[in-house]
Amino acid sequence: MGMSMAERILARAANEERVEAGQFVVADIDLALLHDIFAAGVFDTLNDVGIEGVFDPDKAVVVIDHFVPAPSAEAAAVHERIRAHVARLGITSFYDAGDGICHQLLPERGHIRPGTLVVGTDSHTTTYGALGAGGAGIGTSDMVYALATGKLWFRVPETMRFELTGELMDQVSWKDVILHLAGRLGADAAQYMAMEFGGPGAARADMSSRLTVSNMAVEMGAKFGLFAADEVTDKYLRDQGGEGCDPFGPEIDANYAAVHDVQLSDLSPQVALPHEIDNVSPVEEVAGLKVNQCFLGSCTNGRIEDLHAAAEVLDGRKIAPGIRFLVSPASRRVLQEATRSGVLTSLIEAGATILAPGCGPCFGGHGGLLGPGERCIGTHNRNFIGRMGSSQAEIYLASPATVAASALTGHIADPREVRPDHG
Amino acid sequence: MADTTPTDEKFRGKVWRFDDDISTDVLSPGAFALDPVEVRMLHVLESVNPAFAAEVESGDVVVAGRNFGCGSSRETAPENLKALGVACVVAESFARIFMRNAVAVGLPVVVCSGVHGVFDDGDTAEVDLASGLVHNPGTGTQLRGDPLPEEMREILHAGGILALLRNSPPGPD
Repeated sequence: MGMSMAERILARAANEERVEAGQFVVADIDLALLHDIFAAGVFDTLNDVGIEGVFDPDKAVVVIDHFVPAPSAEAAAVHERIRAHVARLGITSFYDAGDGICHQLLPERGHIRPGTLVVGTDSHTTTYGALGAGGAGIGTSDMVYALATGKLWFRVPETMRFELTGELMDQVSWKDVILHLAGRLGADAAQYMAMEFGGPGAARADMSSRLTVSNMAVEMGAKFGLFAADEVTDKYLRDQGGEGCDPFGPEIDANYAAVHDVQLSDLSPQVALPHEIDNVSPVEEVAGLKVNQCFLGSCTNGRIEDLHAAAEVLDGRKIAPGIRFLVSPASRRVLQEATRSGVLTSLIEAGATILAPGCGPCFGGHGGLLGPGERCIGTHNRNFIGRMGSSQAEIYLASPATVAASALTGHIADPREVRPDHG
Repeated sequence: MADTTPTDEKFRGKVWRFDDDISTDVLSPGAFALDPVEVRMLHVLESVNPAFAAEVESGDVVVAGRNFGCGSSRETAPENLKALGVACVVAESFARIFMRNAVAVGLPVVVCSGVHGVFDDGDTAEVDLASGLVHNPGTGTQLRGDPLPEEMREILHAGGILALLRNSPPGPD
């Protein structure tokens, strides 16, 4: 029996010939990510435990992205503590406020390599599976342990395989695919497991789409959300100015706990309704519901491709009166590219408010929160009660195209139904 | 270093029951992410049961449905529960990172199929971590959950992963 991608990644990291699902291993960490909610606390604790340095200052990346720009004196002070720790520990990869969201920056700046094991103090660390890396979220105590020793324990996960075939229809995106899967299988369907996305449909997906899907693998409980590294990965890595990569995927005859077939051409735009990620309906079933705020951004859908998808739907038209349309490019590079391509101007002219690259509204921290009774449709990844401000607010999740269509009309709208009349 | 974390694997306490998909956003709301535990613990579960944080007592047991602790990696979720005195959490299933974090901070957890259906708020629960047995003495119902794997229980025994690190710090190469 061959090894799945997850088994291959953990076998390599544990210096074992092979490992099997269910086995416990102690694995070497290739990269550790910390962001500003937790970094200062982790470094303080490391100090308290009596550890003077991190296992390898070149294998830690620190990103200030959640409280950006600092919404309070306390947050600014936390950022100062992080900068001091980073300098003290000699950590070479540090991204300061405004550079972007960690899960955009790490792939974009060439930190993620196929087949490696990456841990982060953030659940969406699964994002790196888009490049064939085993990215898993961990807590702060585990991070302290990992930084001190360079190692961490893992249970080798079973793998749920997805065979994707066919092509997506117009105005249907990979966000709709992952929302569909969450709705079809449930928010805990891949609990403790790895998800592996393959087949001809997955091979055709561009890197931006893969990042969206792997990002949300955790919303189905997954430890990893993996795509094989292929020509798309190789090209992406080169385009970012780094070295290309060899193919990396599952072995032939790998052992899967379950295999699901997905016909991409069957899918329509999807919406996750409050307050669970798996409460998913096709957009036509919720179209017409009035919204107060539309959010385009986050590590799920804040890339240049997402901004273009939204602008294409808007097509030079203005958003509906009274709608707050918040756009947060996922990184400074995305913002620069959006400026150069003109898409930023077109979104601003449509009525968008541009936010700094960061995580603020998505995690309910600051900058675009909801009041009681308000309704938001966004491209982010979670619609839990209370996530974005008031616990009496409602969060709907959808693709950039659906969010743009909703901003245009003032209610949840099907992007296929708002085509401009160019006649 | 003295470690005062109890390693007793048997618990008996008053039940607080919650449904499926209790997220880290309700266990540790993002708006209080940078606040100290004394502040964070006041907001635990407030959007689903506003009385919980004020009335929960040391030794109480949280019983929940599926996917408890889903969402973010914030360790403050199990840490807040521990700070409020919750003795252990018994759920139909846990989100992976929550479970990992609970072990890391030394909050005992038991996966127990059917548990949500056999307890009400205010019942007494008896939980044995080693065997996975969960008992409702009020109704006489007993369920057998999945005891945690030995590897995870060892970390709990130590009092969490930081205690483990303190006990055996990394040596020079």
